[in-house]
Amino acid sequence: MASLIGFYSLVFGACSSLMIIFFSLKNFKNSEKLSQKIIPLTFLQFFLVFISFLGLIFSFVYSDFSNETVFNHSHTTKPLFYKISGTWGNHEGSLLLWLLVLTSFIFLFVLRSHKQPIQYRLLTIIFQEVIIIGFFVFLIKTSSPFNYLYPIPEEGLGLNPILQDPALAIHPPILYLGYVGTSIIFSSALSATSVNYISKEWAKHIKMWVLTSWFFLTLGILLGSIWAYYELGWGGFWFWDPVENVSLMPWFALTTLIHCILVLEKRSQLTSWAIILSITTFTLSMSGTFLVRSGILNSVHTFASDPERGLFILIFLFSLIFLSLFIFFFFHKHDNNKKNSFFLFSKETSILINNWFMMYFLSVVLVGTIYPIFLDVIASEKISIGPPFYHKLIVPFLIPFLLVMAIGPKLKWIKSDLLDKLNLIIFFAISVLLSIFIIKNLDVEFLTNSILLSFIFYLFFVTVRDFFIGRLNNLSQNIAHFGFSLFLLSIIFNNMLSTEVITNLKVGDTFQSEKFKIYFENLDQKKEKNFKSLIGKFVIENSEGDTQIMKPELRIYNQPNIVTSEAYIKTNLFSDKFMTMNYVQNQEYLNIRYQIKPLMIWIWISVVIIALGGLISVIKNNEN
Amino acid sequence: MKIRIFPTIVFILFVIIFILFFKGLKNSNIYVPKANINKEIPSFKAKLFESSEEISSEEIFKEDKFYLMNIWSSWCVPCREEHNFLENLSTEKNLDLIGLNYKDDNESAKNFLKKLGNPYDIIFLDPKGIIAIDWGAYGVPETYLIKNNMIVKKIIGPLNKNLVLEIKEIIR
Repeated sequence: MASLIGFYSLVFGACSSLMIIFFSLKNFKNSEKLSQKIIPLTFLQFFLVFISFLGLIFSFVYSDFSNETVFNHSHTTKPLFYKISGTWGNHEGSLLLWLLVLTSFIFLFVLRSHKQPIQYRLLTIIFQEVIIIGFFVFLIKTSSPFNYLYPIPEEGLGLNPILQDPALAIHPPILYLGYVGTSIIFSSALSATSVNYISKEWAKHIKMWVLTSWFFLTLGILLGSIWAYYELGWGGFWFWDPVENVSLMPWFALTTLIHCILVLEKRSQLTSWAIILSITTFTLSMSGTFLVRSGILNSVHTFASDPERGLFILIFLFSLIFLSLFIFFFFHKHDNNKKNSFFLFSKETSILINNWFMMYFLSVVLVGTIYPIFLDVIASEKISIGPPFYHKLIVPFLIPFLLVMAIGPKLKWIKSDLLDKLNLIIFFAISVLLSIFIIKNLDVEFLTNSILLSFIFYLFFVTVRDFFIGRLNNLSQNIAHFGFSLFLLSIIFNNMLSTEVITNLKVGDTFQSEKFKIYFENLDQKKEKNFKSLIGKFVIENSEGDTQIMKPELRIYNQPNIVTSEAYIKTNLFSDKFMTMNYVQNQEYLNIRYQIKPLMIWIWISVVIIALGGLISVIKNNEN
Repeated sequence: MKIRIFPTIVFILFVIIFILFFKGLKNSNIYVPKANINKEIPSFKAKLFESSEEISSEEIFKEDKFYLMNIWSSWCVPCREEHNFLENLSTEKNLDLIGLNYKDDNESAKNFLKKLGNPYDIIFLDPKGIIAIDWGAYGVPETYLIKNNMIVKKIIGPLNKNLVLEIKEIIR
């Protein structure tokens, strides 16, 4: 029943989208004021999709296995929380979530843009509806979440256990708010280009959307990364996996866009940048969907590798790309009267420089992600690109990037002298000395590490100082930049100081190293509703004689039958102790992996601080 | 008319990217784990669909011809889609179709075959899905082309026109 309602409200939702396009077009010809039909219709469209989404949630909660999606991804023994999160833990449901966010955003946009020119609003609605209809068709035609099964199976197949996790349950909705938020920016940029409205006013108005999307995208990536840290059990937080990369690329583009919008708002410059980045951000979000959903990349996100679905997204994606290229090249007018005068020492120049660096980082990640696919097509050769590629290409360029990031905010718009020179030089000297001192005492490669660390410290000190001298008119920027320096500091120390032991142990065995001793005390069994677990008890004694107990876990899920390894993590402000155990076939012993990861928690905290910078900016903007 | 160079280049670039992605999509079957191909098939003992007599798989796959083992179920929607293709393949002389009825209810499986026809020469039962695991199956439907106890080709998901043509080419 719920499925039936869900399906029909989806169909009616698609009809309402067509009506919105029809009325918007009619209104566009005669555009004195916004047609009264449009606001109710966008609400209706959102409401219908919402009902459809509720229908799917209901089917999951009541384990209605006559629904194919529920059958494939749920099970009666699953806890309620995961039944609900199972709604978007699969291809069909997650697309419905996309659509839900898309329709709710266009509704919000219509409500919030009443001060903007009518033609611009209407065109934005039309572009957005084109995207929405594309998703409606995709959903109804190739991936309906409401397929009926007969005979009705008694039991479902269950949700992939590694997806049964609180962080991952909220990761998709948050990430989608970011991804889909970029669709409004995309539609709005295309529409503003068409009616020649790329201006200070437009920048002021779209800034909200850019910042909000950026905030959610940052948090969404963070959640995914935290999940990978404790669930996948490799003890890292970023693996440069293609699926992670496709969420990072829109983030680069969006971060660059924020800075462009600032320049556009203050100086009416970088218009082409703003348009291209708006297009790029959304295109990259869509490509992300394409790459992970078509089965062209293989990963935990590949819910269904169905080439037909991939083909649909691919064609849809490229139609949007060609549409935007067409609009950009034929409608965007370069204002040649206005001189693009950039002085070397000015805020906009520093932003422009770092924009180019960001584009470079973006290209590195892009190449690393899609080159293997292209190579496979052209030369039938399979390669995989790992962390060293990214580290080698990105790290050296971080150095000038950090310098500009530290000094840029100190400069004024248009033309300025570097104020406060003495202090900046003193800070730099302190950073260099401190870094040399630290690196000397560590057993790591000297030159690159100390240069990199100096510049990170420099950004860190400069931003910290700004908090104290009370130059807080740009609080959000300072917080975000400070967060970024903290982020890099945590990463670099984490990298240099991590230790790892991998060994095989039986119950009763002891492993001895210079720094600590690991004793495998016992192995416990426990039964839960949806899995059985084996819990090891390890006593770890360090050289000072402090002992600690670690209890990593192996879970054997019943539906589907999968073994997962749950890391046991002890977190404090200085370091994480991380232990996993793995089953080795036909052996009595278990494979144990013990890691000490300094400053791990600061990586997460600093990303939250970065996101906080965005949030404060959103709030401040709202007040104005 | 002046042709603008920059837009043209960008346009061509994106067309090329499109083509590459498009081809990449067609290739997506290559993600089948290679280890499973050209490997000896796992042997098993299972009850037969019709007579519930237990038979070893070694007795079935011994002849010098091609076998197509298809994992199916009456509740599986894509199995319904591929059924016509199986019927089509069942007319091939050099090919025996072996069914593996996966986690199914016997009655509904019989109804399924009655309604859509039975293309299989022999059907094994796998009520708990254990044999399918041994074969490294990801789900239903899945199809293996076998010759001399070796897996020649593995197909995940339903058969389609192109795959049927490919199979016919291999067996001829």
